[in-house]
Amino acid sequence: MSIISIRNVTKTFVGITAVDNANIEIAANEFFAVLGPSGCGKTTLLRMLAGFETPTTGEILIDGVDVSTTAPNKRPVNMVFQSYAVFPHMSVLANVGYGLKVTGVPATETRQRAEEALEMVQLAHLAERKPDQLSGGQRQRVALARALVKRPKVLLLDEPMSALDAKLREQMQLELTRLQEEVGITFVIVTHDQDEALSMADRIAVMQSGRVEQIATPEALYESPDSRFVADFIGKVNLLDGQVTGAADQGVTVDVTHLGKVTVPHSGHAQGQVSLAVRPEKIRMTVARPDSGLLVQGRIVDWAYYGDTSHIRVQPASGPPMSVTVQNDTRSTIENGDVGDQVWLSWRAEDTLVLDR
Amino acid sequence: MESYRKNQRVFWVLAGPGSFWLLFFFLVPLGMVWILSFGEKAVIDGKISITETEITWTLANYVRALADPVYLVIMWKSIWISALATMLCLIIAYPVAFVISFASPRWRPWLLLAVILPFWINLLIRTYALIAVFRIRGYVNFTLEWIYDTLWLDGLFGPFEPLELLYNDFAVVAGLVYVFMPFMVLPLYASIERLDRSMLEASLDLGASQVATFLRVTVPLTMPGIVSGLILVFIPCLGSFLTADLLGGTNATMIGNVIERQFKAANDWPFGAALSFLLMYVTFGALALRALLSRDAEARI
Amino acid sequence: MRVLRRWVDPLDYAGRIWMRAFFGVVFILLYAPVVLMMAFSFNDSKRNIVWRGFTTKYYEKAWNNDGLIEAFINSLTIAAINTIVATILGAMVALLLWRFRFPFKSAYEGFMALPIVIPEICMGVAMLAFFSRIGWPTGLPWPLNLSAITIAHIAFSFPFVAIVVRARMAGFNRELEEASRDLGASEWQTFRHVIFPYMRPGLVGGALLAFTLSLDDFVITFFTSGPETVTFPVKVYSMVRFSVTPEVNAASTVLVVITLIVAALMLRVQRPGQGGSP
Repeated sequence: MSIISIRNVTKTFVGITAVDNANIEIAANEFFAVLGPSGCGKTTLLRMLAGFETPTTGEILIDGVDVSTTAPNKRPVNMVFQSYAVFPHMSVLANVGYGLKVTGVPATETRQRAEEALEMVQLAHLAERKPDQLSGGQRQRVALARALVKRPKVLLLDEPMSALDAKLREQMQLELTRLQEEVGITFVIVTHDQDEALSMADRIAVMQSGRVEQIATPEALYESPDSRFVADFIGKVNLLDGQVTGAADQGVTVDVTHLGKVTVPHSGHAQGQVSLAVRPEKIRMTVARPDSGLLVQGRIVDWAYYGDTSHIRVQPASGPPMSVTVQNDTRSTIENGDVGDQVWLSWRAEDTLVLDR
Repeated sequence: MESYRKNQRVFWVLAGPGSFWLLFFFLVPLGMVWILSFGEKAVIDGKISITETEITWTLANYVRALADPVYLVIMWKSIWISALATMLCLIIAYPVAFVISFASPRWRPWLLLAVILPFWINLLIRTYALIAVFRIRGYVNFTLEWIYDTLWLDGLFGPFEPLELLYNDFAVVAGLVYVFMPFMVLPLYASIERLDRSMLEASLDLGASQVATFLRVTVPLTMPGIVSGLILVFIPCLGSFLTADLLGGTNATMIGNVIERQFKAANDWPFGAALSFLLMYVTFGALALRALLSRDAEARI
Repeated sequence: MRVLRRWVDPLDYAGRIWMRAFFGVVFILLYAPVVLMMAFSFNDSKRNIVWRGFTTKYYEKAWNNDGLIEAFINSLTIAAINTIVATILGAMVALLLWRFRFPFKSAYEGFMALPIVIPEICMGVAMLAFFSRIGWPTGLPWPLNLSAITIAHIAFSFPFVAIVVRARMAGFNRELEEASRDLGASEWQTFRHVIFPYMRPGLVGGALLAFTLSLDDFVITFFTSGPETVTFPVKVYSMVRFSVTPEVNAASTVLVVITLIVAALMLRVQRPGQGGSP
């Protein structure tokens, strides 16, 4: 059974539709991410779950109970805020104990549970500190402990890593995953960082201009995106525009400008104008013409060296340039070519996606 | 920020007391003075009463204030004395604000405090302290006499003649500058402090001299602060009563003193009311001008 | 090796000697009159210009001047009541403006700023006209006879408190409020445990400002006070009109010292970076 059901939820502010008919089911113990560019409505969605915004239409169920109009302090969910919102005038321990104190939990129990929660986020030694004596990462742990000590059914996290530097971010991602397994409750995280979502979440909802574009596991989102937007937003992708000319056995035949007529596997229904999508790392680059696969010939126009990989742009005879990612798996760097060289790009038909235009 | 409709009870509880107080103990009194300004002294049993007034909606008080040369002279004098004091404040306060803004961060708050602190001291006491400085047997004349005698000038030109520094326009202008200076430093400091240092560096880098940089970059960019400061000083100068009363004596009367006299000694409340509303209109005009100019200045930047 | 002549950096305006000298001169001129007044209040001479030795006899004289002491007590009483009422009213208005959106809000803000911008003398005569016209009772026993002055003081000082408190609240992170609600606190609990502690330095700052404004006010009090209700500045004014005496210097010195103490307290409270901790 779902712990959270978002059913036909729409939220309009004066003249702006922030969330447009969203339908999301989140299972118990799931690590769920809402991913999208800024202004896509993901934060509004989270704030509706927390109770700071009321849906214009639709309903939100938490553990089977309609909470659409329930006040924030009456909901079985807690939130880690983007700014962490650690109370500056209270000690770390008082911050963590606050949610218990205001709901009438006895003082001794409050103290004990708060200490346990601090233990869990490895901050027990800083219990008496004031927030202005803590680092950003430590403040985030306080915010986490403060929310988790309430034993919520769902923990909501609003862009929790945006204020941390890159190193700390990676560390906190691992920490969050560990915590989620340890406490065994549902985490819903809102982020604009695809790496964060892909590495942590069990499932991801991708949002764009208020609409939920796709809900899927990280692998499914990356390998089988439903739309051009999702394919383009998650990772890099080469899009080749073409025209469907016929259906083949478990596939379609598409006429693409500089590829000619190719047949690629496709399970759904496709016709008219489409785009073929292929990820840069699925493409092989060779000087000699390969024997099989889809082939494009072009000239290298740009070569960016990233250490583990190189990102190369190749300009075919016509159309936009294509991106290729090459693994630098041997020490000698440039063996396949240099800027200006004519090369062949090849990839397997199975690695190609057909997307509506 | 939430709409007041969302939580009307809290809204009205918060809005009630303050609004009531200001309405009843501020707006109503002002309204009464406004109505009073259209009144005249009552005529009881064929004689003009000293204490009673009646509201006849006459404009005579305003006409008198704006047409009678005696009051016209005083009003012009109030305006030019205030303008002069305001300009002097600007000339003195700009370098002061400049030094504070460019001082090291450790010193800055203390220098600012040093200039603002006198503002906390009672206006009356500060004005009164100036009397001891300026009077015939005051510190200025005392110091001048000492210099005069030390240089043996008394042997050449005869004994020292003390300067008449008090009870004239000079004393009033000096007093106004002394008293309202902090009002000028604050907005100037705020705008100079915000000034992007790289703008000045860019100007110097492009070959402008320090003077050209100051006139063509610094001054235009700090114009909002200058305008704010000018008006923040001009308004209280124009409405001042105490400075002219204590330092100007009978020779240097300003509009504030005339108003006071109408309400106290002369007992002509309707005329005093008309004068104080004229003063208020000028004040509002200055404030509107400030709003207009600062919007212009910001639009230009 | 060539020794470089020490130049002042092009943008180091505060490091230029003549700029420093100018600042120094202004600084001295700003303080000299008040410092001289305070120093000469201890001068053992009626003429008050040449130092004749240290004495505290003028303080004794001021202390034994019943009229002066009575005025001083009146001033402190008015300032105390004014501080309490103005702080409460100002804080409520600040919270109102901080929290709510409502029609004609900017007009309301302008209305609240009126007592700050209009000339003091206009407000003074308005108070005089108001209290005499509505027949506000005079001759009441102390401290009720101070009610008119106190009411006028509250009217001009609470908008200042509102500005100070609102400036403080402008720095409040609204996520703190949401975090509190999210953790289960009611609206009142949130105010009590989260908003109020944050607001407190603003409240103390506003209260101290209201106190000094009331203690310092001369013009408005001058028009509102009667012969039996003399405040300290009004009393000093009437003494000053006759002449500069060491006794007035002594009394003024006491008031300056009180003001400086309050200013120092304000600085302590308003010191930035204190979060909201008491």
